[in-house]
Amino acid sequence: MASPKSRPRDGYPGRALSLILVVMVALVAIMFGTGNTKPRLGIDLAGGSSVTLKATSPDPAAINPANMAIASAIMLDRVNGTGVTESTVQVQGNDEIVINIPKGTNSTTIANELAQTAKLYFRPVLAEVQQANASALPKSSASPSASSTGGAKPSASSSASEKPKASGTGAAASPSASKSQGDAITQDLKASPSASAHASGSATAKASSSAVAAAGSPKATATPSATGAVSGQVGGTVPAALQTAFTKADCTTTTGRAAVQNAANAAAETDQVVACSKDANSGIWTKYALDKVAVNGTAISKAAANLSTQTGQWEVDLSFNSAGASQFANITGQLAKNQTPTNEFAIQLDGEVQSSPYVSSAITGGQATISGSFDQASASSLANVLSYGSLPLNFERLEVVTVSPELGSSQLTAGLIAGLIGMVLVVLYCLAYYRGLGLVAVASLAVSAILTWSLMSLLGGAIGFALNLPAVCGAIVAIGITADSFVVYFERIRDELREGASLRPAVRNAWPRARRTILVSDFVSFLAAAVLYFFTVGKVQGFAFTLGLTTALDVVVVFLFTKPLMTLLARRKFFNSGHPWSGLSPERLGVRNPLRDSRNSRRPAHTAGKEA
Amino acid sequence: MSRFGNIGHRLYTGEVSFDFVGRRRLWTIISGVILVAAIFGLTVRGLNLGIEFKGGDIYTITKPGVTVSQAQKAANDLTGDSSSLVQTASSSNGQQILIQISSAEKVDPTKGQAALTQSLGLSQNQISTQSLSASWGHDISQKALYGLIAFMVLVTAYLAFAFEWRLAVGALVALLHDLVITVGVYALVGFEVTSGTVIGFLTILGYSLYDTVVVFDGLKAATNKLTKQNKMTYSDAANASLNSTLVRSINTSVLALLPVAALLFIGGGLLGAGVLNDISLALFIGLTAGAYSSICVATPMVAWLQEKRPEYMELARKVKQRRAAEAKAAAEGRTLEDEVPQEVTVPAPTGGPRNQPVNRTRNERRSSGGRR
Repeated sequence: MASPKSRPRDGYPGRALSLILVVMVALVAIMFGTGNTKPRLGIDLAGGSSVTLKATSPDPAAINPANMAIASAIMLDRVNGTGVTESTVQVQGNDEIVINIPKGTNSTTIANELAQTAKLYFRPVLAEVQQANASALPKSSASPSASSTGGAKPSASSSASEKPKASGTGAAASPSASKSQGDAITQDLKASPSASAHASGSATAKASSSAVAAAGSPKATATPSATGAVSGQVGGTVPAALQTAFTKADCTTTTGRAAVQNAANAAAETDQVVACSKDANSGIWTKYALDKVAVNGTAISKAAANLSTQTGQWEVDLSFNSAGASQFANITGQLAKNQTPTNEFAIQLDGEVQSSPYVSSAITGGQATISGSFDQASASSLANVLSYGSLPLNFERLEVVTVSPELGSSQLTAGLIAGLIGMVLVVLYCLAYYRGLGLVAVASLAVSAILTWSLMSLLGGAIGFALNLPAVCGAIVAIGITADSFVVYFERIRDELREGASLRPAVRNAWPRARRTILVSDFVSFLAAAVLYFFTVGKVQGFAFTLGLTTALDVVVVFLFTKPLMTLLARRKFFNSGHPWSGLSPERLGVRNPLRDSRNSRRPAHTAGKEA
Repeated sequence: MSRFGNIGHRLYTGEVSFDFVGRRRLWTIISGVILVAAIFGLTVRGLNLGIEFKGGDIYTITKPGVTVSQAQKAANDLTGDSSSLVQTASSSNGQQILIQISSAEKVDPTKGQAALTQSLGLSQNQISTQSLSASWGHDISQKALYGLIAFMVLVTAYLAFAFEWRLAVGALVALLHDLVITVGVYALVGFEVTSGTVIGFLTILGYSLYDTVVVFDGLKAATNKLTKQNKMTYSDAANASLNSTLVRSINTSVLALLPVAALLFIGGGLLGAGVLNDISLALFIGLTAGAYSSICVATPMVAWLQEKRPEYMELARKVKQRRAAEAKAAAEGRTLEDEVPQEVTVPAPTGGPRNQPVNRTRNERRSSGGRR
């Protein structure tokens, strides 16, 4: 603005008003331009599920942002793996992860699965078969296997393989058939679809390594028997106990995979299980029969994706702790002696096979590298999965909320009705008490409402701010705070008028004092909101956010809208002449005709006689 | 309305004046009784902590036609005893049934939902589940407590900087007063404490202080040059300032309460139970206490602290002397010559219709001057 000397005494009300008008128009334009015309609704208003997990660890230093970030990336993977879209995973505070799953799925089931700690296992592959995404499969038959994509037998450079550091010793593979999980599959038909966009780096490896097994029998439908009848179709040997389950398992449909996954999850570590690959490679899924757990994921001490200096390709390095190292050396030693595909081990997370690299020799020393046709994303993804097992974190379920869309919409309606009633009450009170001035207050409230709405909508798109019920509550409560600023200003103007000033100087002179009061009180309110925001989590944070936002907007509105508007209106005859409906008439202020009513209008030395 | 407006004017000029500061003993007694009751309630009865603090599952059923007894029976079948709590609440879409099952029952929420869905014949969209670990409520209230402490330290520092430490102390005392009363009311009446309630408690912080700050702002202006005169003690000036801004305080309180009341009405009347109700109930109690405390606790507290300062003790002594002289003069039927009524007023107004030449008699002046 101009220097104090050239500045008119009323300031530049027009400039301020046009500024806020431009800001408003700009915000609304951006709002419609980007399509964020409505604030994003939280789970409690839109319906859906929300899971709050709290990380615990025997080692407090383990709960650090890096570990939490890995954990939340895995969680997101796990949620997306169930076929849910638009779910969000956020680290909240230091040690909490919030997973929001939108409506439209049986989210309670997912939520509860998520709340369980992820199970990462290394299991030797006993048998595997490829399943194509073909038409309806005959019951109790292996799927029409597609053989086409496999190509050459994998080699160290073109597909996933273990690069051993040293050779190890190992006993023969033990295809001991323990209790199978076949019955579990039939029992469970939960709809937790499993589809994912993540291309695992080992997908080619799976496809290619089992291509040998699948090749040549594109339409085989024979029911494999316990021992022999797998040649040409199923690679490896399916143990007798798993036979039924293995045959029945259908990895090509989401329901089929979910059933397999549930059964695999329910199995104990010492059980042999059937599992599906997490991802399809060119529409081909791999079905595995897996041995009991050889190495637990918790034995991994570190996993990272690296660009190999030798081959120039992405690979995943992992190290084991000492117990894990010896277990891993043992199992790789055994596997290395076997034929494809029984020389593979499956990295199984939550019942799904993430990757199944093969082993060419025993890996001792606890250091291993998985290489193959990874790109950076797929290598990082696999490294994340492996790191998860190494995270010294347990997740405790703090809160699981599932809100049906009906309940959500009824809560939203209630919130909106409450807001509307609150607004109407405030408007009525302002109009009844301040009349003409009340209109200024109503206009200011309207400006404030438009700004709040557009900012909330835009923040929903920009930083994922979601309006939840406490946030709605905060916005409603803030109506009062916003209106309070107007009261402070109006009362100051009226005080000036009572002291005999005419309207224009009154509006001008009231401002510095009112501004001070408004700033001090809004600062306190904002401080409360800010402290709440930084010290608390979840619901309280949503509430604090809206409260802080509206308090900040209140200052903007009072400075750039209410005050300039008052300055302009003070020039109008309606207000200036003290029209009875302006809210500024002498009668309404109680300033009486001094000649007629001199006794009461005089200011007495009222406090002189008070006791101290 | 216009009469109310007149009251505003008469309060402003001091024509009508309530002696807030002088009745310090009364406020102390009132606040003391409420505080003792609140603390008694807290220690003896304790807070009625909701399931969020104890852990358990809440199922919300929105199917029309399901009765409480049906739901209770279904819940009893689920838990094998009758420990579950079944409530009704209405919503904009009709009636809701809330079933709370404590975590001590060890009912898996997924199985619980499935069992209730089956036994009550619900569809997937008619049941909502909330499962809370016992540490959840503890967790959130602990964080809230840290926030509370941080806020108090920060705001006291800020108020001490913006005003002075005595006012900061007054504000802090008023704040604690409001919080203890609100929590005490919860303990005494036995309202359920939920996460919404905790949010409500925390919001009282900002609001209680908002009110107090508005009052203190007037107080600071009114007592700015107080030692330059000998007609008013600090308490007098504080009281005059309170009265002149009373309309503003009432209006800000009413305007703050109106949306909260709307929330309470909707939350309590229409929804029965829920976050809206919990937040607004805590806020309503806290705001009411806040409106009272900013006028009747904070300012008298500040006046009491200020009167202990040497300069104000000196002022009080001078004012007393002067009043004694005035009273003596009044008794003898004359006025003090140095009396200039408009010399010190709070807040000092000048000009205007009130300052029109008026016909003023000695009797009138005496009567007002000598009013006790």
